[in-house]
Formats: sequence, structure tokens, C-alpha cells
Amino acid sequence: MSVGKYIKDVWGAVRSLGRGMKRTLYYFTHHKEIITQQYPDNRETLNLPERFKGEVVMPHDEKNEHRCTGCQACELACPNGTIKVVTRFDMIDGKKKKAIDKLVYHLELCTMCNLCIEACPSDAIKMAQTFEHSVFDRNKLTKILNNPGSKIMDGVE
Amino acid sequence: MWSFSNISDNIHDWLSANFNATWTLIIEMVIAGTLVIGLFAMLGLILVIMERKVSAWMQIRLGPNRVGPKGMLQSMADTIKLMVKEGMTPNGADKIMFNLAPFVAMIVAMLLLAPIAFAENFQLWDLNIGVLYITAVSSIMVISILMAGWASNNKYSLLGAMRSGAQIVSYELSAGLSILAIIVLTGSLQVSEIIESQRNGWWLFKGHIPAIIAFVIFIIAVTAETNRAPFDLAEAESELTAGFHTEYSGMKFALFFLAEYVNVFIVCGLGATIFLGGWMPLHIGNWTGFNNAMDYIPSSLWFFGKTFFLIFVIMWFRWSFPRLRIDQLLNLEWKYLLPISMVNLLLVTLMAIMGWHF
Repeated sequence: MSVGKYIKDVWGAVRSLGRGMKRTLYYFTHHKEIITQQYPDNRETLNLPERFKGEVVMPHDEKNEHRCTGCQACELACPNGTIKVVTRFDMIDGKKKKAIDKLVYHLELCTMCNLCIEACPSDAIKMAQTFEHSVFDRNKLTKILNNPGSKIMDGVE
Repeated sequence: MWSFSNISDNIHDWLSANFNATWTLIIEMVIAGTLVIGLFAMLGLILVIMERKVSAWMQIRLGPNRVGPKGMLQSMADTIKLMVKEGMTPNGADKIMFNLAPFVAMIVAMLLLAPIAFAENFQLWDLNIGVLYITAVSSIMVISILMAGWASNNKYSLLGAMRSGAQIVSYELSAGLSILAIIVLTGSLQVSEIIESQRNGWWLFKGHIPAIIAFVIFIIAVTAETNRAPFDLAEAESELTAGFHTEYSGMKFALFFLAEYVNVFIVCGLGATIFLGGWMPLHIGNWTGFNNAMDYIPSSLWFFGKTFFLIFVIMWFRWSFPRLRIDQLLNLEWKYLLPISMVNLLLVTLMAIMGWHF
């Protein structure tokens, strides 16, 4: 390596490091813009982003009906066994029909990856915009998503 | 005028009037030890919150803003958390060495504090080889890191410790050479004489360009010596989890953490002493009026101001630069910093012989 290139290397390094330091000093002295999302203290005017993923819920309509057919696609899609679908067979018009007994959801295992929602063919589950999930008893994190006595909506296969 | 030396003289006079010489010495040592521990605790609290705020502002974040006014008590809360946590010792670890290592780190940091002059006539031990003492004792630091890494019985810890050893040993050379550049000009290793020689201007300004080069090399080398980013290969969060203190928890981890920050303070204090005149106010040649005006600011404020400025510069490095790989790190030292500081030392020597400096 020639001496000229050596000196040029050192000079180039000093210059580019100096440019970086100038940039951070500018940020240090001009802190008016904040790029991070702050903790939502403002409960009245709470405005979470649309795609915020808090926990998995199953929406029910006013007749206590949900859209889940018990196909277990969400259970298969889940990478860490968060969802467990317990099915039963109802007798309708003398025919056996598959329906869910319980959809068990382990919030303590969930990584909010959204794969179950994407796997669901009938849009039965969705992500809720809730946060602050901490509880004192671990059992409270195991949730049953379908309401007691609920049944499948008409026309959802 | 109010000053640290007045207070210490008054205490000394009162003690010697009431006790005999031996007891006076013992009580003074106890007071000094308590003050050192108090200073450590204060430094830990202040530097941690300063680091977090500086990093936040440089990365366009808010930083800690919950505990206390503007989050200023965050480090206090962290300290309480660390104190109530369990200090675990892994089963496979070498128990004695594992538990001893944080204390060695702390003791080294305490020893290093002895020759630092905090204010005019306010120094624990003004020995005639002060700077040599600091460079010598600071290399014991690597022993505590190696102890911690070896005793943890964990491959990541050992790797981190070995890297740290290579790093500290190699960067000590250029740190030492850049200190030597100023020692050549002062002709003394005693801290008080080095400061006294800067009465008509700091060495950074009196020593022309070689002193500035030495200063830059010194800052880079001490950043590497204290294992801080961009030279944090010993910790290397991304590839070694936490390096030598992976297995430590609770207060034992906190001691390592504290020792790192105290070391940063000490090397910055040393840099301020050698290059920026220690407690000496900003004096310019023979401008008597200007010099007298500067003397009104207490000497302790000058020392702490300069030291905290250098600490800020080191934090600024940390939050601006990308990390180096281990081969790049050693390249930087052996191919760039060491040859440059050697040539620089020759230049300074020539300058000192010819009397070109102010």
C-alpha cells in the first residue's frame, strides 16, 4: 500500500465519521420531532393504527351467532399451538353437522403473528385493538373465544 | 472563596487539633473512602441517565420519561431493582473466581481514582508517577474481565473475555503513546505538575497539530479500552449475548456495569487532565484580564465540566458509529493508530527539542 493511499484512507475515514457525527449532533440539538410511537396514555382520544394486533377475538352478532365452522385451519396455521379447536357434531335434520364446542386461545403463547386470521376461510376471528393484558393469575390468559350457547350463523359453510 | 481544598484543610485542621496523628490519618482515610464510594454511586446514577437521554435524543426518541420529573429518577429505580434481584451463581461456575471478578473490577476502578486531581489542591494521592500509575493499574481491569469470562464456564463469556483481552492489550499501546506525546512536552509524570505546566494554555492548543492528533488517538483508544461501542466486541450483544457478564445477575452484574461507567469517567478525567488542563481554567498566554476573569469559575467546575464534555464525546461516538468486526478492530489499531501515534511521538519529540511549542 502506498503512503499516498494510506493517508487518503485515513482522511476519508475521518471525513465520513465526521459527517456522521455532525448528523447525530444535529438530532441531539434539534429534538422536536419524535419518530417513536408513545405509550397510549390518552384513553379518551385513543387512536390506534388499524392493523394493530392486540389479541385474537371472535366477533358475535346480536343473536349470539359467530361465523366459525370448526374447520381447524387456524389451529393448523398457528406456529406455536396457541389455538385449540374442540369440535362436536350437531344433529340437524337427521344429518350430522360439524360445529365448534370450544375455541381455546392461549394468550400467553400468542406471538400476534396474524397467521390464524389469514388462514380463516370464513373470517370468524379477528385481531382486537386491546392492550395491557397483564393479570395476576396465569389461568386468566387461557380464553374461550366463542360465547356460551352461541351457534354458527346461517349461510356460513 | 469556596473551594474543595478549603473544606479539606479545615477538616484536617479540626481533626489534628482533636486527635493524635495516627487517628487523624485513619479518620481521613475513612472519610476519603466513603467519599470515593459516594462518588461512584453518584457517577453510576448520573452517567446512566445521561447515556440514556443522549442516546434517545440522538436517535430522535424521548428516552426515559416516566419515573420522576422528565424521567430523571429512572436510574434510581433501576438501582433499586438490581439490588433486590437475586445474585445467581451458575452450578458449573468456578464459585470463588466468579464471585470475586466484579469486586476486582470495582477495586481497579477505585485504585484508578487515587491520582486524579478533582480541584485545585484536592487530590487523594499526588504521587510522582501518577500517569504511569494510571496506565499500569488500568491494565489490571482486563484480569477481572478474563476472570469473569473464564469462571462463568460458558463459551460466550469466554469468547467475550478473550476478545476483550486482545482489545485492551492492543489499544493500551496507542493510548500510552498518545499520553507520552504530552509527557514529552511536560517532562513530568506527576499529575499536579502536568496541570501546573498548562497555566498559560492547555496542551491541546499549545502543542500544535501533533497534540490534536494525540488527543484524537487518545479518545479513540480509551473508547476501545473501556469496551464501549463502536468497540464493544467484548459484550457484542448481537453475537455473544452479553460477553463476559452473560452469567451475572443482580448486584454482581451492576458492579460490572458501574465499573464500566466509572472507568469511562476516569479515562475522561485523565484525558481532561493531560490535554485540557485538568482543573486549570482556560488561560490564554499573557492575557491577564481574561485569565483573571476565568479564575472566578471554581476549579472543580472546570474539571467536571471538561470531564463530562469528554464523556459526552464518547457517548456521541457510541450512538453515531457502526460497530467494528474483530479483524477490523485489530487492523485499526495495528495498521493505523499505532504507526500514526509513533510518527506523532517523533514529531512531538522534535518539537520539544527545538522548543517550537508555546
